[in-house]
Amino acid sequence: MRFFPFIVANLFRKKTRTVLTVGSFAAALFLFALLATIDTTFTGGVEVAGADRLIVLNKTSIIQPLPISYRDRILQIPDVKHLTYAVWFGGMYQHERNFIPIMAVDTEGFRSMYTEFAIPQEQWEAFVRDREGCIVGRSTVNKYGWTLGDRIPIKGTIYPGSWEFNLRGIYDGTRAEDDTTQFWFQYPYLDERKEFFKGVVGWYVVRVVSPDADARVAAAIDERFANSAFETATESEKSFAAGFVKQVGNIRLIIVSIGSVVLFTLLLVTGSTMAMSVRERTGEFAVLKTLGFSDLTVMFLVLAESLMYAVPGACIGLTLAKIFTLQGDPTGGLLPFFYLDPERMLAGFVLALAAGIAAGIIPALLAMRLRIVEALRRV
Amino acid sequence: MALPLIYNARSVKVRWASTTIAVLGIAGVVAIFVAMLSMARGFQATLVASGSPANAIVRRGGSLSEMESAISLDQIRVITDTPGVMRSSEGIPLISPEVVLVASLPQKTTGAYALVQVRGVSARALEVRETINIAAGRYFRPGIAEVVVGSNVAHMYRNCGLGDTAHFGGRNWTVVGILDSGGSAFDSEIWCDAILLNQTYSRPASMYQAATVKLSSPEELFAFKQGLTSDPRMTVEVEREVDYYERQSQVVTTMIRVLGFLVVFIMAIGAVFGALNTMYSAVAARYREIATIRSLGFGSGSIIISFLLESVFIALIGGVIGCLAVLPINGYTASTLNFQTFSSLAFAFRVTPDLLAEGMLFALLMGIVGGLFPAIRAARLPVAIALRSL
Repeated sequence: MRFFPFIVANLFRKKTRTVLTVGSFAAALFLFALLATIDTTFTGGVEVAGADRLIVLNKTSIIQPLPISYRDRILQIPDVKHLTYAVWFGGMYQHERNFIPIMAVDTEGFRSMYTEFAIPQEQWEAFVRDREGCIVGRSTVNKYGWTLGDRIPIKGTIYPGSWEFNLRGIYDGTRAEDDTTQFWFQYPYLDERKEFFKGVVGWYVVRVVSPDADARVAAAIDERFANSAFETATESEKSFAAGFVKQVGNIRLIIVSIGSVVLFTLLLVTGSTMAMSVRERTGEFAVLKTLGFSDLTVMFLVLAESLMYAVPGACIGLTLAKIFTLQGDPTGGLLPFFYLDPERMLAGFVLALAAGIAAGIIPALLAMRLRIVEALRRV
Repeated sequence: MALPLIYNARSVKVRWASTTIAVLGIAGVVAIFVAMLSMARGFQATLVASGSPANAIVRRGGSLSEMESAISLDQIRVITDTPGVMRSSEGIPLISPEVVLVASLPQKTTGAYALVQVRGVSARALEVRETINIAAGRYFRPGIAEVVVGSNVAHMYRNCGLGDTAHFGGRNWTVVGILDSGGSAFDSEIWCDAILLNQTYSRPASMYQAATVKLSSPEELFAFKQGLTSDPRMTVEVEREVDYYERQSQVVTTMIRVLGFLVVFIMAIGAVFGALNTMYSAVAARYREIATIRSLGFGSGSIIISFLLESVFIALIGGVIGCLAVLPINGYTASTLNFQTFSSLAFAFRVTPDLLAEGMLFALLMGIVGGLFPAIRAARLPVAIALRSL
């Protein structure tokens, strides 16, 4: 540690270069964090999916409905603990651009199924009492500036006409990565007003006694409704979400893979700068050795200097990225999750350390092996 | 007075190592910049090419896509009789009432199921959409479980080649033809008989989802729309087909653009830092040289221009390499989920000359930013001190 002032003094010798090198490290790490966030955006659904939840869909197509009568029949299947259902409603607020993920939900089973969403008890009760009530996620409420008790006009896209809801509750996610853009209202409100296709739901969500029972229960449900007019396809929530990710997959793969190439290029640029700065001071290292500093100490000094670029750069880049992601989704609501995972930040930090060492190791070894006489002779 | 360009070219050559790094940095940024834009462009072009300005699409009022819409047979009859609908030489109105669904089919590469759009059409669908041809085989016969598949579907999904038997909706369908629409969204669709499709999915027989109409001329849209929306029996949305598909492309293109620009912007900062470092060390290594040039009588203006030119030269080389590196992705076909239709859509990257020009412009900009400050530093050098320095 007694060399610390020496290393710092070296950093301040060429301030512009130090600032630029730290800056490009920060840019690289910011980019890394951003790519990690984009990656989480597409895979986020998979990670937050409950392991003990199954999704029951119509086998022919995801947009085909299932009859409401399946509710009781699914509940009879062994190891099914709990069940709820929902209908995708869609809809927009004021303008087509303001598309909101709206679902008609079952007031009995919904809340206990999705325990990751926190709703104050009195708000939930007010919602259940009001047939036209709705509960909306925190981020959507903030986006449109709604307050409790507001009457919200929504233009239906699948179910035409103007629908009005009273905001009775606001839900929060218990984890940072939970989706708080959803809008829920009572299923009976939808079913009473529909002109055709009454008594059907979009999908069922089933909770099984334990995650091990997933496959068994899924098979039992599909078997029960085999050869009926509405055959089902049941899968775990995780594999359902993963299926979607696979389809978006191509774009995600493209963004993430080109990003990685770029990251590598940036680190290369940074590394070469460090190497350059060490090479320029060959003579000084020779002087240090003449003064009696050991080979290892000189190597350590060069490596430490390299890390002195990497560590502050990484800290700045990651902090800025975290602040940036906390501002919310830059596309204005197209991405349901936009969240920088602390684990990914740690990974970024480790990456920066590794890059710092990688960039410094060759100059450091050269400095260590430096022969004093030759080095001093060089101009 | 300007310094000869050869001076800059030679000094770039002398410092080839650090120049190479700066060139690579800028090449990378330009390549990604063009790639991102060509991806967004390709996606948009695929959808926009699907629409024709002479066609109108009629959906139920309030619905944003065909998927959400519903139109009854009675309404189809009203639409058919509305003035502005083109008639074929036999006097038959050119209207195609359609049913749109999604089916999940296994992909060839992974075997994983992906959602494909299935369009139930009538026999006249090809007359309404003139840009679509049958590339191989023949059109399906009405009332029989036969399908024609888009060219992308044919090579991306299992059992979808000519003569194969595809399975969806609990029924086997014989593939009798391959559609070619020149790279539009229809190449990612499967077409079959609308009435049979309704039966297969046990949907009401007299319900369609949307109707596409060929107008007697593109200018007729307004009159046609007026005729339909003033009819009290109808609550429909009438939109030009091109506009409809343009709108469909917005979500994904916005997403690619915003995320792409963000990534490119940060990369550009990193690359400019790299270029600045290179140029600053170029200036630092040449203190005496610069001072000599100054004492020969060149003004500080010509020093600034000279160093700026050097940096722009490095950036432009980077730009050209970046553009060349990105050219091979032109035509590369990727597929993604189109959020509006809930089904996968194949599209080809499009590297167009104007995108390449934008990429070069971007490189130029990075070169100017990266060169300006070092150039100013070079110009401000006190001549006497610099001459004395080692």
